[in-house]
Amino acid sequence: MKNQKRWGLFFFLSPVLLWLALLIILPQIDLLAMSFRMENDQGRMVWSLSNYFNFFDEPIYWLTFVRTAIYSILVTFLTFVIALPVAFYITKVVAPKFQGFLLVLLLLPFWVSELVRVYGWMILLRESGVINHFLTQMGILGQPVEMLYRDSTMILGLVYTSMLFMVVPIVSVLESLDDSLIEAAYDLGANMWTILVKIIIPHATPGIVSGSIVVFMLTLGNYLTPNLMGGKNSLWFTEQIYNQFIASFNWNQGSAFGFLLLVLSSIIVWLGLKLTRQNLKKVVQ
Amino acid sequence: MQIDLSVQNVTKKFKDFVAVDNVSFEVPDGQFFSILGPSGCGKTTLLRMIAGLTEPTEGSIEIRGQSMLGIPPNKRPVNLIFQHLALFPMMNVKENIAFGLKRRGDSKAVINEKVAAILERVDLAGFGDKKVDQLSGGQKQRVAIARCLVLEPAVLLLDEPLGALDLKLREQMKVELKKLQAKVGTTFIYITHDQSEALVMSDHVAVMNKGVFEQIDTPQVLYNRPETPFVAQFVGDNNAWSGRIRQCEDTRAEVETNEGPVFRTKVRENLQPGAEVDLFLRPEAMLIQPDASLSDLNRFEVIVKDILFDGANSRLLAHPLDADTELLIALPQTRQFDYIRENDKIEIGWDEQSGICFPRS
Repeated sequence: MKNQKRWGLFFFLSPVLLWLALLIILPQIDLLAMSFRMENDQGRMVWSLSNYFNFFDEPIYWLTFVRTAIYSILVTFLTFVIALPVAFYITKVVAPKFQGFLLVLLLLPFWVSELVRVYGWMILLRESGVINHFLTQMGILGQPVEMLYRDSTMILGLVYTSMLFMVVPIVSVLESLDDSLIEAAYDLGANMWTILVKIIIPHATPGIVSGSIVVFMLTLGNYLTPNLMGGKNSLWFTEQIYNQFIASFNWNQGSAFGFLLLVLSSIIVWLGLKLTRQNLKKVVQ
Repeated sequence: MQIDLSVQNVTKKFKDFVAVDNVSFEVPDGQFFSILGPSGCGKTTLLRMIAGLTEPTEGSIEIRGQSMLGIPPNKRPVNLIFQHLALFPMMNVKENIAFGLKRRGDSKAVINEKVAAILERVDLAGFGDKKVDQLSGGQKQRVAIARCLVLEPAVLLLDEPLGALDLKLREQMKVELKKLQAKVGTTFIYITHDQSEALVMSDHVAVMNKGVFEQIDTPQVLYNRPETPFVAQFVGDNNAWSGRIRQCEDTRAEVETNEGPVFRTKVRENLQPGAEVDLFLRPEAMLIQPDASLSDLNRFEVIVKDILFDGANSRLLAHPLDADTELLIALPQTRQFDYIRENDKIEIGWDEQSGICFPRS
């Protein structure tokens, strides 16, 4: 009987296990192995750390790497700054019957693919785009300005793509915040700023941290938005990986970069958790 | 005597609904003032207006002679203890109490000193570093009170803070709150739907119903001389009869109840024969098997339906011989009525001075 149960469990679990093993774990192991191999002068593959040394030798690689990390942190922070008031408005200010409607409104852009959304931004922002057209028509600008292919535009696009993943976890923690805590703080002499810093943010920390992790990971690993909105000089690390795999056809170098990115994101998330004194278990709940 | 809080003609409307309707009252310094009313009568709205969390539609609120209109809650010399206390779970006891002092910009040394002093006062010395969720219900209560009292407000507002406690603790906290108030001398405005809380603790009680104050008086007067039928029924238990005046001279009347019996009772004003009235009688005003020598009693017979034993608060549930109306009769636990059983027929008598009679409006 017990044996039978175990087999049943195994039977139903096997698709998941197969999926995990064949499509995620095996390729990762293969890539990891590949990242430690290189072609020697005789054209044979040998074990080596040179792929990783290359990264530190070429400033363009590690500068892009640092740039990607710093911009991802900035995007995460900006997303948080914008998402918190939005989430607060949805949970505490607006009448309950509109809450669902507003959340759907937030979700709506995600019904089309990221590619289409980015092209939407491009139509708005490019030199011959909608915004330039209006600004020149109104006489604010003498002649159209290229708004695309700047770092700021890229950050705008990344923040826009990540918004929902920050708003939803913050909405769910703010829903559990008792209004009377805010009123009590107000009654005890706190102004809006202290209420925000002392009451709302401490209460919302688990949601903020889990939202930040998701946004940070998505931004760090984003390829489309930096590439399309930042243009050729956007220098996002995912592009370096892409170039190694597709342009240079150097899979060994590409997988080394991939694993460096993985290590980087893990370290930054770990640091973030330490700094906010949260643990992963509580945050992912 | 200084007036700490003066509320004049305050009205609050939510769209078409009038939550508080032209309420006026004054509370002198150091008083324990309660507002008693059923849920939904507007008492919380009134309290929130005093705290500044809601603005009145009309009328004025003055604290120590200063108008509070347009002043936000963080600038008012009043503090509110919330129904569920609203202690900050992200802070420990000490930080909770220091919250208001820090906002006021007191120095660290002053804050530490004041927090220690107030913890001592509410018997929680040494609890400063505890987490809020490590405290029992009664301790949380005291932290909430300490958090407000440490700011030395002119008026402390309490929004049914005992509602969430279990019965035993509630009884204990009632006495404790009253003692604490006497000790610190701060004016307390306490709202509750529990008449026993209001009666036990307060110097004055306002009975509120449907947004208006029905009567403001001491607990004794409210209980013994209610001015409206609502007060008579809401404060304490009462047996009610409907009937009409048979004859009336000055303050004595004969009332024929709809169930049949005719009672003599005092009335507050001269009423015309035939006028419809409501007659109320406290359970303890009815004497069981009164001595035959006592003249001047209204006497009638009832059949005991049930004996509701509740220690000192025991009652008989009975109904008159030829009617179905239920009557509550106090059953003194002096053992002299131990012989009474269900379905017994007993005689009841009551003095005409105990009757409370209102013309039916």
